[in-house]
Amino acid sequence: MALLETRGLTAFYGDFQALFGVDLTLAEGETVAVIGANGAGKTTLMRSIAGVIRQALGMVRFDGREIGAMAPDEIMALGIAMVPEGRKLFPSLSVEENLLMGAHRRKVAGPWRLETVYDLFPILKERRGQPGTALSGGQQQMVSIGRALMSNPRVLLCDEISLGLAPVVIRDIYAAFPRIRETGASIVVVEQDIGQALKVADRVHCMMEGRVTLSGRPEELSREAIHDAYFGAAA
Amino acid sequence: MIWVDTVLQGVLLGGLYALFALGLSLVFGIMRLVNLAHGDLIVFAAYLILMLVTLLGLGPFVAALIALPIMFGLGWALQRVVLNRVLGTDILPPLLVTFGLSVVLQNALLEGFSADSRRIPAGWLETASLPVGPISLGVMPLLTFLSAIGVTLALQFIFYRTSLGRAFRATSDDPVTASLMGVKPASVFAQATGIAMVVVTIAALYLGTRANFDPTTGPARLIYAFEAVIIGGLGSLWGTLAGGVIIGVAQTVGAQINPEWQILAGHVAFLAVLLVRPRGLFPRAFD
Repeated sequence: MALLETRGLTAFYGDFQALFGVDLTLAEGETVAVIGANGAGKTTLMRSIAGVIRQALGMVRFDGREIGAMAPDEIMALGIAMVPEGRKLFPSLSVEENLLMGAHRRKVAGPWRLETVYDLFPILKERRGQPGTALSGGQQQMVSIGRALMSNPRVLLCDEISLGLAPVVIRDIYAAFPRIRETGASIVVVEQDIGQALKVADRVHCMMEGRVTLSGRPEELSREAIHDAYFGAAA
Repeated sequence: MIWVDTVLQGVLLGGLYALFALGLSLVFGIMRLVNLAHGDLIVFAAYLILMLVTLLGLGPFVAALIALPIMFGLGWALQRVVLNRVLGTDILPPLLVTFGLSVVLQNALLEGFSADSRRIPAGWLETASLPVGPISLGVMPLLTFLSAIGVTLALQFIFYRTSLGRAFRATSDDPVTASLMGVKPASVFAQATGIAMVVVTIAALYLGTRANFDPTTGPARLIYAFEAVIIGGLGSLWGTLAGGVIIGVAQTVGAQINPEWQILAGHVAFLAVLLVRPRGLFPRAFD
């Protein structure tokens, strides 16, 4: 049974329909990448799963439980943590306080606590007393990932974590993924960087204009198929 | 020596204005809510203490202790049932609702207690004073000022040393992302308003024991509170205390020059600070 599953997920921003019946499954311990161009609906999908956008139609099930109507704090308490697009650190909180906010509600024993997050991203320990927003973009992304890990989530939703970062920084951040996976967390990675997504994912879904246009294991997908699904067959 | 006495009396008076303002500052700092009923809530709490004193025969401080949890609950319920529904990107709905609440409170108090002015009896404390060299300081003004410092310290502790304070600041920064951390913004806001009402009750104790009050006293307290918050810098607790002291000193100095200038001098000081530091003396680094 899938740990996380969406069926026919449909989401709206006012009258504008952003998702058209998206089906997605995530097994325990699996990493799934969702790729697509700007406006494909990837972030909307993440925000719908996390409860920030209440979908009008469709189903979101986590660990056998329907969570589509739940508020974000309730979904988080169940074990779904999100690394939001744009990092979204709290400017009035220090690095350490930002990390502690991750465990504000969900305080479960697990591999992730301040010490292990600092072990994963040592630079954060040096900067622990500084405001989170005083850090570089890459370091802020580390705080955002660490903050999500602090709740010892069963599912980690990573939304565009490479956005606006230099390639060397992206590489450093993705270098942490094997350790995160070792702890048993299931991960959904939303990415525009196709190469990075294919490297870390067990399965890939490509989205375009609110629909999943291609799904499969990275080794099964040809460059042409991904290109067509990403930009449209006529592109 | 008269000027030293004047300034000292102003500082102590500033403690009362700071108490008026700290609850307002707390609520504004966390949820950007301007509560136009704040002054009326202080007067409401003063009547509550007065009722406990007169009906149960309690001393004012014991009555205030009983009023504290009642006012916390009232603030919590007010936020959950009314104010959370109007919070959003548009600042007008909360302004209208709290203005309406102010009108309702004033009329309810008029209906219940008439327009007669009242005072909470504090016995010998009303006239007690401490000689400090050639100057004599009133015990109640001194207690008021020490309470203002105590409340500021307590709020600072809650804000910067507790998990609730972290949630306050995070929710103030970004309620949507805070909810992704498991915070319930509606609940956090309700707790903040509850705490603000605790501060309001302490302010009411000193307002009611030091001066006469009636159902229409609230709006003037609101203006002093606003001025103290804005002088100090929006959302800054120590700034709010400093703002209260500046208004208090300006008023006593103004009154020393000409008794008719007392109230005017406070407002002039407020305008002068705004001219020099439009964001207040200790503004937050970001808003």
